[in-house]
Amino acid sequence: MARVYMIAGGLTPFKKRYEEKDFRLMVKEAYDAALADAPRLTPDRIDGAVGSYFSDHFTRQLKAASMVQDFLGLCPKPSKRVEGGGATGGLCFQSAWEAVASGRMKVCLAFGFETMSRVSTWKGNEFIALASDTNFDFPLGGFYTGYYAMMVRRHMHEFGTTVEQMAMVSVKNHLNALYNRYAQSPKRLTIEEVRSSPMVADPLTMLDICAMSDGAAVCILADEERALELCSNPVAITGVGSGSDTMRMADRPHGKVPLLPHEREKDYRDLKYPGVHSFRGGRMAARQAYEMAAITRPLEELDFVELHDAYTSSEIQTYEDMGLCRYGEGGRFVAEGHPFMPGLDYGLTLLHAGTMPVNPSGGLLACGHPVGATGLMQAVFAFWQLQGTIEKNLGSEKLQLKNPRRGLIHSHAGTGTYITVTIMEKP
Amino acid sequence: MNPIVIRDHYEIDYRHSYAQDSPFFAALAEGKLLGSRCLACNYVYATPRSHCYQCGGATQWQDLPLEGKIHTFTTCYYGGEAFLAETPFTLILVEFPGVDTLFLSRLRGARPEELRIGMEVTARFTEKPSFRITDVWFEPKGRR
Repeated sequence: MARVYMIAGGLTPFKKRYEEKDFRLMVKEAYDAALADAPRLTPDRIDGAVGSYFSDHFTRQLKAASMVQDFLGLCPKPSKRVEGGGATGGLCFQSAWEAVASGRMKVCLAFGFETMSRVSTWKGNEFIALASDTNFDFPLGGFYTGYYAMMVRRHMHEFGTTVEQMAMVSVKNHLNALYNRYAQSPKRLTIEEVRSSPMVADPLTMLDICAMSDGAAVCILADEERALELCSNPVAITGVGSGSDTMRMADRPHGKVPLLPHEREKDYRDLKYPGVHSFRGGRMAARQAYEMAAITRPLEELDFVELHDAYTSSEIQTYEDMGLCRYGEGGRFVAEGHPFMPGLDYGLTLLHAGTMPVNPSGGLLACGHPVGATGLMQAVFAFWQLQGTIEKNLGSEKLQLKNPRRGLIHSHAGTGTYITVTIMEKP
Repeated sequence: MNPIVIRDHYEIDYRHSYAQDSPFFAALAEGKLLGSRCLACNYVYATPRSHCYQCGGATQWQDLPLEGKIHTFTTCYYGGEAFLAETPFTLILVEFPGVDTLFLSRLRGARPEELRIGMEVTARFTEKPSFRITDVWFEPKGRR
């Protein structure tokens, strides 16, 4: 298996609406930014591409990835589209990794986009809910926020998680995004403002939930020989993992926790798992990625995480799935300040600020969530973070961590039905 | 120039078969909830699953109790566009005694502030079946 590197990345700003550019031009803009970042990388060196967009309903154009391939001038090279709900971008990144790791390609482009502004927010919610079981779940409300509200209600019941802890995630991610010029919703917020924004599905308010967005992102991956030749500052991809769960969350079992290397069975003697409070697919993905990257103590061995915070609640749930803290401790983990950025003023008193920054970019909550682009956007931010080029790319050094060595990116679909975890590190 | 934006309408009727899950929807019209019991390992699902995800074995239909408890809940003040007119509505996951998995449904007849995990609920069925999952909903036990 070839060792795989990320050698370039590019983004468009994520926005409520792009009417002046269609999805082809949005991807082209991100692609050109990536090529400009690696001047020795010319398009003739790219062996093929994997395209990522979630919903045929949003595009109303089947085979839209073929139109991007065409527009970028990459025909007749290999091309395919990957789709996996909210995890589409993460799956696309791993598909490009597979192309290079297998030796099938030396250099592979991963591109992603979504154009959600073509319908109203509530029609968009309906489209997204078509990714729940349309016989049994969708007809009850067509609403993912309702599903996540039920999951976190149970998390609160099992573990004592509070709405204020959830609001802290919103404060953190929106504030981080103040320094990210690609983000859709940078804001300075208070816990009270998060809680007093309109209730969407109790206990989740408008500010606990990410927005609909338009945007594009690209990543270019290469084998070691090409990475060293074409890029002065490549980042290694050292672990990949993915997992899944039942389509209907009602169908999930109440069994035993699959343990990470640093956990013991006695930690979870009375916990019925995953139920609806935890994401078994995320735990599975993390286990595989940690094993490949030889990580046994994630909290000590990772320097930052970019994870799929479509909801403040799912960020807290995901801390636990990734083993950043034990199941049940996610609320305390954020309340103590661990996932905040060091050195930023959030207007909160934090005991242990910045021991494990989560979503330095602002995450989905503040960057926006143009679904097919999102997982690739996370990879681009992790790439810049590990390269130490945040200031160059964002025009501010505020979000640059001091000499980070290793980061984790996490992409998540449905109520946890597809989940990917990828480990990236400085070679 | 400013981009030209047109309105583009899209509508379609599907022929949709419930296939092997059809008996579940027929039972709703008779005021019954059908779950699935694995013939090999006895795992019991609160939903139709013709085959067991634990062992792969075939299941048989099993009547579910019409009373259960709220496992978790939410009241939605927004929803997918098609459901906005129905807001606010309450969603619950129901747990039944002796059943290994849960059942997603609407709860009616309770104010949001009354809801709690563990609340006892009873299944109610429409008198005019449309053969959709909304033919069944739950209400707090003893409300009628």
